[in-house]
Amino acid sequence: MEILIAILALVLLVVVVLVISAPLRAAWGSQDDVVVGRAALGEARGEPLKERADPDRARAGPAGRWGGSVSDQREPAEERAELEAEREAKYREIRDTELDYRTGKLSQEDFAATDGALRAEAVAILDRLAAVERDEDAPTELEDGPRPRGA
Amino acid sequence: MALLGRICLLLALAVCAYGIGASIYGVRTGRWEWAVSGRRSVYALAGILTVGFVILEVAFLRDDFAFNAVADTSSRTTPTFYKAAAVWSSQEGSLLLWAWLMSLWSSLALFLTRRRIRDVAAYATAIMLGFGGFFISLMVFYAQPFATTSPTPSEGVGLDPLLRFPTMMIHPPMLYSGYTLCTIPLAFGMGALLARRVDAEWIRVIRRFAFGAWFFLGIGILLGARWSYSELGWGGYWGWDAVENAALLPWLTGTAFLHSLMIQEKRGMLKVWNVSLVLATGTLAIMGTFLVRSGVLNSIHAFGGQTLGVPFVVLIAVLIAGSIYLVITRREMLHTEHRIDSLLSREAAFLANNLVLVALVFVILWGTYFPLISEALTGQEASVGPPWFDRYTVPLALILVLLSGIGPVIAWRRATLANARRNFLVPIGLALATLVVLLAAGVPVKPFALAMFCCAAFVFGSISQEFFRGMRARSAMAGEAPPTALVALVRRNRRRYGGYIVHIGIAVLFVGVAASTSFQHESELGLSPGQSSRVGAYTIKYVRSTASVTPDYDSSSTQGGRELSAIIRAEPGVTLGPDTARTGATLSLGAVLDVSKHGRHVTTLYPSEGFYASEEPTQGSVGHLIGGQPVSHVAIDAGVTRDVWTAIAPNIETPQLKRIVTLGNRTLPYAHPGEGMVAIAALAAAYMKSPPQAQFHLIASPLVMWIWIGGLIVVGGALIAIWPAPSVVRHRVRARSRARAEQGLASA
Repeated sequence: MEILIAILALVLLVVVVLVISAPLRAAWGSQDDVVVGRAALGEARGEPLKERADPDRARAGPAGRWGGSVSDQREPAEERAELEAEREAKYREIRDTELDYRTGKLSQEDFAATDGALRAEAVAILDRLAAVERDEDAPTELEDGPRPRGA
Repeated sequence: MALLGRICLLLALAVCAYGIGASIYGVRTGRWEWAVSGRRSVYALAGILTVGFVILEVAFLRDDFAFNAVADTSSRTTPTFYKAAAVWSSQEGSLLLWAWLMSLWSSLALFLTRRRIRDVAAYATAIMLGFGGFFISLMVFYAQPFATTSPTPSEGVGLDPLLRFPTMMIHPPMLYSGYTLCTIPLAFGMGALLARRVDAEWIRVIRRFAFGAWFFLGIGILLGARWSYSELGWGGYWGWDAVENAALLPWLTGTAFLHSLMIQEKRGMLKVWNVSLVLATGTLAIMGTFLVRSGVLNSIHAFGGQTLGVPFVVLIAVLIAGSIYLVITRREMLHTEHRIDSLLSREAAFLANNLVLVALVFVILWGTYFPLISEALTGQEASVGPPWFDRYTVPLALILVLLSGIGPVIAWRRATLANARRNFLVPIGLALATLVVLLAAGVPVKPFALAMFCCAAFVFGSISQEFFRGMRARSAMAGEAPPTALVALVRRNRRRYGGYIVHIGIAVLFVGVAASTSFQHESELGLSPGQSSRVGAYTIKYVRSTASVTPDYDSSSTQGGRELSAIIRAEPGVTLGPDTARTGATLSLGAVLDVSKHGRHVTTLYPSEGFYASEEPTQGSVGHLIGGQPVSHVAIDAGVTRDVWTAIAPNIETPQLKRIVTLGNRTLPYAHPGEGMVAIAALAAAYMKSPPQAQFHLIASPLVMWIWIGGLIVVGGALIAIWPAPSVVRHRVRARSRARAEQGLASA
């Protein structure tokens, strides 16, 4: 029985370590390629070798004293997701306003003013979304670094 | 397998510690692979705790009394269904359930947000793992679910008879799901403040989990109320159990948050308020958990030992101090983008609703924790009763119900007086008509109850009008038949109309509470067979007594068993077999009650009281067989218009019955419970031959059924609101023009 428990505990430990370490192994596995790639890119730009070969420094910056994160600049995919959520929320708000009007809660004048303002805000969001999508469609540069698997 | 369980806990603790470090390192340095590794720690934690929970559950089902938790809360005679649920009736098992559910819900939350707000999510991961680590530490150092004893006891103490009630088996997992889900918005809220990213995104991410917490807490509270009504002896709405009151607190702040978050989503307002509500809801959930774990208040759910009180107080203090610090230091980021345009707007109604809900929280918080406060200040424990609660909660409840009818019929931003007049005409008319009808029908003038009925009619009028107008508008726009238009309307606006249905459910529930409180007839008296009593319009007659004996051994294979069977055959009133409530009572004594109204038979009720065995040898070989806590099994005739509720407390302390127990204790060996059961059967036979006067608790309450119906309507409405919207075709809109935006709106 003790042997069975020892085997089960060992299996559990191995599975846990494999699950948790997967992103680290993926990142470390691709790190060498990134360094070589970065070095090649830096060489083409004429940057000093030491800075080129430091992938951590390329990715990380100084964090705040307490709180905050190094990446106040969001990934394009993240920004697009946020804008899409904003767009859906604005559409919902416009639909709600229209429903309020049709169910007699808003006067014609109030509806026209509110609806116009909301649609203008929706257009502004669509503009920002289009800009982000344009950036996404542009060729990706190597210095973005590897994206962790599963992130 | 206990060893494997202990290894699981140690491994889980290590995973929590690693995950916290990895998440914080990842977000602080921008090495996101570490943050992802931290997130995966939560998945791993869920897996490890699942293994641990299965080990403990199997131990309960296999009657493995080597586990202390099994020996303390289960027994061979405990019905299998209750054995499976006995895991969370122990301190240790309930801690494991808490941590396990938290790891599962946290995994789901982090999986769904894996591609969004990664910096906020990384901090949230660390906080969730902090909660996990706290609860696992309690299990490692204080209350060990996998602790064993040697030699293995041959029998366990058994599950507390009060907990042998079907809904009690679902009630704790529901409540714990609610509590643990409350910690997810708290973790993301703190994460957003730590990451200094307090835009609308984190609110969108947590909305569904906040709703889930509210939903599960609501179901848990409703099941607890039902259990209290049917099992505990019903102490009224505030006297039921301190733990149920404590569960109401995060539910109320959660309700406030679900309303005020709409204001932030639409207007960018109330950011400080919303983040404070999220943090308060999570903290109150931990306080509710503390109340159960610490045993500081008298509750059937509370676990005796107070060893866990100090760690919980430290955690709560850290949460409160941390929340205040974060909100104060981030207040500049939480500035409001807009102001309320008009007091006649939905924002203003929501704000008023929030203030009433928070006032309710303060009242219930004070009343529930008053015994602790009193003891701390005066050294003497005192408590406040239902009248104190009613003085403050009834007016607040009236305003709340009224607001739930006002909010839906006024527009966002500003409503004109002309529109408001038109929209309030039908609801006010319906409320006044209700008042006239009730007075004309001769309903006694009880101001608060009548006011509640009118408020509920107002809500029903305003929401029905909303549905009707929406359906008519949809029908006119899309050319659909009214029923089709109604379904399409609700499908396309789930949150709005699901929320309206919840409002109706709440109004119905409050009607049940108001009617059953104000117009209830109650009587507590002693009756002998043949005697009767009046309760309201009902006459309840004690027809005859009943008795059943549940042998826990093969009655035909022993001398005692054969004697027992012979005694029971000789006394036809005594039955041999499981008690009517099937909870494993050794002896069950009850009554047959005939209920009539104006001379016409209405129903027959069979209330009983179960007597359970104790593990106390000093009670003697016969005395210990019925020496446990007696539990009343209530008999209810439930109806749409009224409930007739009856409970009996039989008297087994008469000299004749006591003589049987004393004689049995003196002559029968303790080691052979089969022999002792013969004396119990003789006691039952003697009770049936000349039943002594029994104490009865009789209640006739109108509209109690509507409390449960209202609760079900709330659940139905919440399900509609929480259900994901039909998949929206997502277009990559590139156009800049207003015309293209409107085209996008049409397809949204």
